[in-house]
Amino acid sequence: MNKIAIIISREYLTRVRKKSFLIMSILGPLFFAGLMITPAWIAQMEDKEEKIIAVADSSHLMLGEFPETDYIKFEYLPNADIQYHKEHFLESKYYALLYISHVVASSPNAVHLYSDKSPSLGVQMHISNAIEKRLERDKLKAFGIEEGVLAAVKTNISIRSVKLSKTGEEKVNNFNLAMVLGYLMGFLVYFTIFFSGSQVMRGVIEEKTNRIIEVIISSVKPFQLMMGKIIGVGLVALTQFLLWGVLTLAIYTAVIPMVMPDVKELSKKAPVENFMDTGSSMQSQVPVSEDLNAELSDMLGALNDINFGVILISFLIFYFGGYFLYASLFAAIGSAVDSEADTQQFMLPITLPMIIAIIAMVNVIQNPESPLAFWFSMIPFTSPVVMMARIPFGVPYEQIILSAILLIGTFVLFTWMAAKVYRTGILMYGKKTSWKELWKWLTYKN
Amino acid sequence: MDIFKTEEVTKQFANHLALNKVSIQVPQGQIFGLLGPNGAGKTTLIRIINQITAPDSGSVWFKGRPLNANDVYNIGYLPEERGLYKKMKVGDQAIYLAQLKGLSRPEAIKKLKFWFDKFDLLPWWNKKVEELSKGMQQKIQFIVTILHEPELLIFDEPFSGFDPINANLLKQEILNLKSKGSTIIFSTHNMASVEAVCDHIALINKSQKILDGSVAQIKQDFKLHQFECSYLGEFSDIDRLASDNFSILEHNENPEYKYFKVELHNNYSNNEFLSLLMQKVTIRSFNEVIPSMDDIFIRVVQNDATNPIETV
Repeated sequence: MNKIAIIISREYLTRVRKKSFLIMSILGPLFFAGLMITPAWIAQMEDKEEKIIAVADSSHLMLGEFPETDYIKFEYLPNADIQYHKEHFLESKYYALLYISHVVASSPNAVHLYSDKSPSLGVQMHISNAIEKRLERDKLKAFGIEEGVLAAVKTNISIRSVKLSKTGEEKVNNFNLAMVLGYLMGFLVYFTIFFSGSQVMRGVIEEKTNRIIEVIISSVKPFQLMMGKIIGVGLVALTQFLLWGVLTLAIYTAVIPMVMPDVKELSKKAPVENFMDTGSSMQSQVPVSEDLNAELSDMLGALNDINFGVILISFLIFYFGGYFLYASLFAAIGSAVDSEADTQQFMLPITLPMIIAIIAMVNVIQNPESPLAFWFSMIPFTSPVVMMARIPFGVPYEQIILSAILLIGTFVLFTWMAAKVYRTGILMYGKKTSWKELWKWLTYKN
Repeated sequence: MDIFKTEEVTKQFANHLALNKVSIQVPQGQIFGLLGPNGAGKTTLIRIINQITAPDSGSVWFKGRPLNANDVYNIGYLPEERGLYKKMKVGDQAIYLAQLKGLSRPEAIKKLKFWFDKFDLLPWWNKKVEELSKGMQQKIQFIVTILHEPELLIFDEPFSGFDPINANLLKQEILNLKSKGSTIIFSTHNMASVEAVCDHIALINKSQKILDGSVAQIKQDFKLHQFECSYLGEFSDIDRLASDNFSILEHNENPEYKYFKVELHNNYSNNEFLSLLMQKVTIRSFNEVIPSMDDIFIRVVQNDATNPIETV
């Protein structure tokens, strides 16, 4: 036991001390934060510049009709001589010159926007919306429909999905939030298993090609070395998650209020500030209409409903279970080859179930209670990814427990088998290993 | 007393028999040479001693009782295929390997500083292994092998890859360890080094032990009653003495030096031969030819190809 601890600490420390670990730890949250902040920030930046648009309206329909915002202003030119205005545009203070031809009511191409820059999409939308609204109103009037009727007819539906439980309790479902969380965790498990698993494999190959292996296994059992390596690398990934969580949270709480004071208000309402809620905070960056606010507070309410305790515990079980299962296979492969280039032939049986898991996950998230979702979250090779994707939607505890038991049982079995292959493989040099060979190693007595 | 012995150890791999009923005894405090051609089974036997693999049948004894898992703390092993983690710092790595051999961290550091100082490696403590020369890496490997002061040390081809200066340094250290009471198993096919350091040997060929005993005894056993003689006089006078009792194997003449090599048969003693010889020529020197381990090795292995030989 003590020796495994020594091995774990070496595997852990050498990796954590690497520059690449530090870089990943810093870049990860910056990437997340960038994902969260950039779109909103860019939108905000754009609006801050005051734009005055000159309107030359030969249709006389739009005079004084353009709604003004804080940053988009309109000036109506007294005459509509577009040639004259175009020639003098560059000397003017205007952001753009809008020309509306007199045929605007019948021709969709009758509106031109001249500018020395490319007018932003926002500005274009603003203008076309205003004109469309005006023309629609005229046309509706021509059909004899009153403006008040129009307003009364306009309907907006937003569905609040409520889950009924056996106890009679009602829970507001938020499918979007669960979906984001499900994807996030499914992919996190998927990538980590692959990333850490191949690190284990590379570590084993390194020890083998370095020829340090024989020195080490004269002091420790091959099984201890293999487990030490797997646990050490697994803890590195866990540390990385933790650092990402903490740093993302730090950036989220420190930087966002500085850049976007509006969001601060919103985030105050968020009851749970946990790295799990990066998903929701990504969404919360899209302010700010009244409707959206209601939806947002719904979502924050749903965030409250999601049982983060269950998610966290399940994450640990399924992450470690899946990771141990695959990492021991990666270790066995590493022991059977002389270089990374030789691993190809053995990789397919490992990558295939993982890829199937990811494909299944996409389907499962659309329909988390389907038979497909159930079975793939039970099969140990796909359950780490698929179960984690299902859990935010709420999975019965007995299913989680059954799946966890299956996973743990399988990983014990496979670790035991991998250890047998590993024990023989690490001492074999210069021989191309075949599947038949692996089977022989598996059946060796000692 | 034997610190270590195996009794009829057999190890079968999938398609070949690596060891066939091999029994060896390693006397305490001596240097024991484990000899044999490549592929004879030496490395398998060494791996059994280190408990890297277990024998299929037969027993392995250490200090008078069956070998057990804790004995790794009392054994130091320098494998033929040896390496270090290239990206790890020298000091950290040495501490790690020492800890795996059961030393506590402070203890390991203290001992390592002593040995690093002795081998002029201290300035390299915080360097990465890949920055070191091959010779320095081998010194480090040697240090971590002996650091925990094991009672039994196993060196598998220790001199391979060492330059002559470091090889000599290593030889001195091995002899030092012996004088301090360690027992050393020395696996090699470099016979010159066997003659220089080994007290006992066992020769393994094709999975079987075909010869063992003390080096002095084996040399006695393998004497061929051959003598080299340099003389003053005429070779034709000697040639005329020819009888069934001896045969001249070769002779060589030049103005300053005349010499021949003779093999005596039928228990014909060297004194009898000499008294005969003295009558014809003036003898300048007369030496018995002691077979080198190299000769013995080749003879035994080649003989083994036809028939196994039993020796005392």
